[in-house]
Amino acid sequence: MSIVLPRKGSAQIGAFILILLINWLVSPQFFDLRLQDGRLFGSLVDVFNRGAPVMLLAMGMVLVIATRGIDLSVGAVMAISGAVAATLADSHSIVICLGAALGVGLLCGLWNGILVAVLRIQPIVATLILMVAGRGIAQLITEGRIVTFTSRDLAWFGGGSLFGVPAPVVLAVVALVVALALVRGTALGLMIEATGANAEASRLAGIDTRLMTVAVYMWCGFCASLAGVIVAADILGADANNAGLWLELDAILAVVIGGPSLFGGRFSLVLAVLGGLIIQAMNTGILLSGYPPELNLVIKATVVLVVLLLQTPRLIAFKDRLFRGTR
Amino acid sequence: MRRHLPVLVTTVVFLLGFLFCAIQYPNIASTRVVMNLFTDNAFLGILAVGMTFVIISGGIDLSVGSVIAFTTVFLALAIGNWGLSPGMAFVLVLGITALFGAAMGAIIHHFEVPPFIVTLAGMFLARGVAFLMSTESLPIDAALYQEVASFSIHLPGGGRLRIIGMMMLLVFLLGGIVLHYTRFGTNVFALGGGRTTTALMGVRVGRITVAIYMLSSLLAGLAGIVFSFYTASGYSLTGVGVELDTIAAVVIGGTLLSGGAGTMFGTFIGIMIQGLIQTYITFDGSLSSWWIKIVTGLLLFLFIVLQQLLTHLARRATTGAGEKDTQARP
Repeated sequence: MSIVLPRKGSAQIGAFILILLINWLVSPQFFDLRLQDGRLFGSLVDVFNRGAPVMLLAMGMVLVIATRGIDLSVGAVMAISGAVAATLADSHSIVICLGAALGVGLLCGLWNGILVAVLRIQPIVATLILMVAGRGIAQLITEGRIVTFTSRDLAWFGGGSLFGVPAPVVLAVVALVVALALVRGTALGLMIEATGANAEASRLAGIDTRLMTVAVYMWCGFCASLAGVIVAADILGADANNAGLWLELDAILAVVIGGPSLFGGRFSLVLAVLGGLIIQAMNTGILLSGYPPELNLVIKATVVLVVLLLQTPRLIAFKDRLFRGTR
Repeated sequence: MRRHLPVLVTTVVFLLGFLFCAIQYPNIASTRVVMNLFTDNAFLGILAVGMTFVIISGGIDLSVGSVIAFTTVFLALAIGNWGLSPGMAFVLVLGITALFGAAMGAIIHHFEVPPFIVTLAGMFLARGVAFLMSTESLPIDAALYQEVASFSIHLPGGGRLRIIGMMMLLVFLLGGIVLHYTRFGTNVFALGGGRTTTALMGVRVGRITVAIYMLSSLLAGLAGIVFSFYTASGYSLTGVGVELDTIAAVVIGGTLLSGGAGTMFGTFIGIMIQGLIQTYITFDGSLSSWWIKIVTGLLLFLFIVLQQLLTHLARRATTGAGEKDTQARP
């Protein structure tokens, strides 16, 4: 489990630092930190805090994409688990409430995984079903209302802190460490990469590709439900219509930014999470700069296109030719 | 026969569903309700025609909902603020959307980027530009809009076929002719069957790809115009999630999502099924609107499983029974 990040992710780290510096130029107090009520506050903390849901989603999505899949349902799963958590929060203990919310996420992942691995439905389509129906299910749970709760235990997941660090950041980091240990500490990561690189060859080599595929979708569902709990805890309520709306796109974008390949076979959890942070840093920067937040979407679109075009074989070949010419 | 089975199943499901609804609420079986089905789903239907081309070619277009939003806002500003005539504004907006689609198609072809990511970026871009132009709901009060809104063909039974309903039917008719009876349509099917094979046969794949996405965006622009007729306003939040409704309708209509097979008639039935679910829930009154999403999801699931089963059976029939299913994933 060696850290090879600086070599591989220099572009992403550079971009992140650049965006932070731009934010600092736009708003000089960007790096200011202050401790209040035992919790850190400041714009920089905000980037991590607000970015936690997308970081979690990116962690789940990157493994799915590594197997040549895609999960469009994460936003809907967030809405479902948020609805479950908010509905149970005041009547049940936090353990049951959290268990149910995360369990629902795992179930959603299992459903997606079975559709993809066993029924062999294309991932886009398989997860489209839950994306369409999921928000309906979430509204069914909340009965179309915005369910609010007062449970302090659940609220901790959104507004609480541990040693001054906001709870969402703690959760995201813990999830990342656990995932890294599981995926890079064992052969699991290799098996996932093998499944994505060539499913048939991996199967013949003795890897249970079906199990791998189901497992990554369940992990993705789990991450999405944790993100859903955080979002619900943050606003002390569950909004089935808007929780996690558009976030599946942010998650895919984070993985695209994190590279290295959208076509399966290789992945980096850390860089995907960094991709999520880059997106959030851009969001925060736009808000701080006073430009209309509507600009956000246009910038995101441009970033996706630029990053994708940089990754295309044709452009890479062109770059190689260029460098050969100057040498 | 097997080729048409999905469409057949869809049609039977629609007829049975209609019968079921009509028995419970006899008023559903009136020209009034049926014509409203056309009017209310006009923009969705026009989108679905374009989406059928895209999906049969093996692609996907996620940007259509945002293109609708862009179109309605553009029209509201062009007519209300910049003083353009509606006709001029229509030509302009259709030109812009067609160019937009052509650009997406060119990127998909020349840089070999998966369609869903390119159109995802297009979705962000179109929605973002709509937001930047205006975040308010802008009324459109041109004389043409009132004329369009008031004109309708009266049918026996109190039904009214409105202009936007007629436009949808016309687009479906033309789309069906282009898809099933022209060289371009055949090329689209070929592309969905296999890109390399199609290129080897001498089809200019790049041109076809660009044309397909151009057509889809152009029809999304037209759907935006229809939507602006429908609401007489422009708003940058219109059409959120519409791309998924459209894809669902196309799939329910029996078009294979992996490309290469499908019919325009099936898509039409798919749209009608979605409209029927909505109408039933409105008639019932006690069911909440979220049931639309759940039932649509369920139908989507059933039809996809059916498709999967049929392709599996077809493969077994050609490669011999008992052979291992080694489907290559896209």
